[in-house]
Amino acid sequence: MLELINRIFGRETNSKDIARERLRLVLVHDRSTVSPEIISLLRDDLIQVIQKYMDIDLEGLLVNIEGEETSVALIANIPIKGMKRASAI
Amino acid sequence: MKSKVLVITSGKGGVGKTTTTANLGTALAMLGKKVVMLDTDIGLRNLDVVMGLENRIVFDIVDVVNGNCKIKQALIKDKRFEGLCLLPAAQTKDKTAVTPHQMKNLTNELRKDFDFILVDCPAGIEQGFKNAISGADDAIVVATPEISSVRDADRIIGLLEAAGLSNSKLIINRMRHKMVKRGDMMDIDDILDILSINLLGVVPEDEAIVVSTNRGEPAVLETTSRAGDAYRRIARRLTGEDLPIDSLEDSVNLMDRFKKLLKLAR
Repeated sequence: MLELINRIFGRETNSKDIARERLRLVLVHDRSTVSPEIISLLRDDLIQVIQKYMDIDLEGLLVNIEGEETSVALIANIPIKGMKRASAI
Repeated sequence: MKSKVLVITSGKGGVGKTTTTANLGTALAMLGKKVVMLDTDIGLRNLDVVMGLENRIVFDIVDVVNGNCKIKQALIKDKRFEGLCLLPAAQTKDKTAVTPHQMKNLTNELRKDFDFILVDCPAGIEQGFKNAISGADDAIVVATPEISSVRDADRIIGLLEAAGLSNSKLIINRMRHKMVKRGDMMDIDDILDILSINLLGVVPEDEAIVVSTNRGEPAVLETTSRAGDAYRRIARRLTGEDLPIDSLEDSVNLMDRFKKLLKLAR
């Protein structure tokens, strides 16, 4: 209903909502420039957790933050050397 | 009282760092505090003209750190308040003329004589910024309700944290309540949501700032200036007083008052 009235009067979405949304997105990108030290800490923590469940190839392990147009993702490539027995977990 | 070194910073230029420094410095002096304002914008000094003290400069901050003069010789006493001083930036040198180490020594030296040391930081995130924050106990981040300013503030807050200043507080400057009301300006909550930082105060857009800057008289001296009033309240908060944030001050327009009256009458 409100939308209809807005359209009749030729009004658009509040510009502040547009600003807020654009800001949110741009900050996701800005903040994703995580320092190498933090990535390294994260990598060590990841290894610890995953090793509880499976044997992984530490040499081939890659952890990175990658950004695209509207999203940022933590990409981890973790080659598995072997699984642990369920009973061993 | 233990003295405090506060750096006033923003990342983006033109959002009101110097105006904020001048007004908070003056307001703190009005409260009887001993205050020194440091202009660290070497090469682009302006705090002197905003304060109306530009004609009294003999020595500057670079002279002090290089030992060309004593600190006391370079300090310019304000003409209105006994306890208020300015240490001007050098105009002919550049930002590498001072090192973070020298800044730290300087602010520590000033702690002996002053309650508040306000450091007016240059725009940007380079050497000048690093110098300005190096001696600070806390930071005051100034931002206007614009996307560019809030973005830069976010970056600055991150850099401050990385430098060990994790208790930064925000001043939202040049707020226009009418625009907020019609949905054309981000409001206080929008900005706080994004920056997740404590709010120190909100300063409304006010033509009196331009007029007072023209005259070299900070707006806090003007009792009728709404921005001046906001700065005076922020200064009281800095001295430890627990004052509520007066965000909606200017919404108390005639119509609202009228409605209030009607409610009371009933």
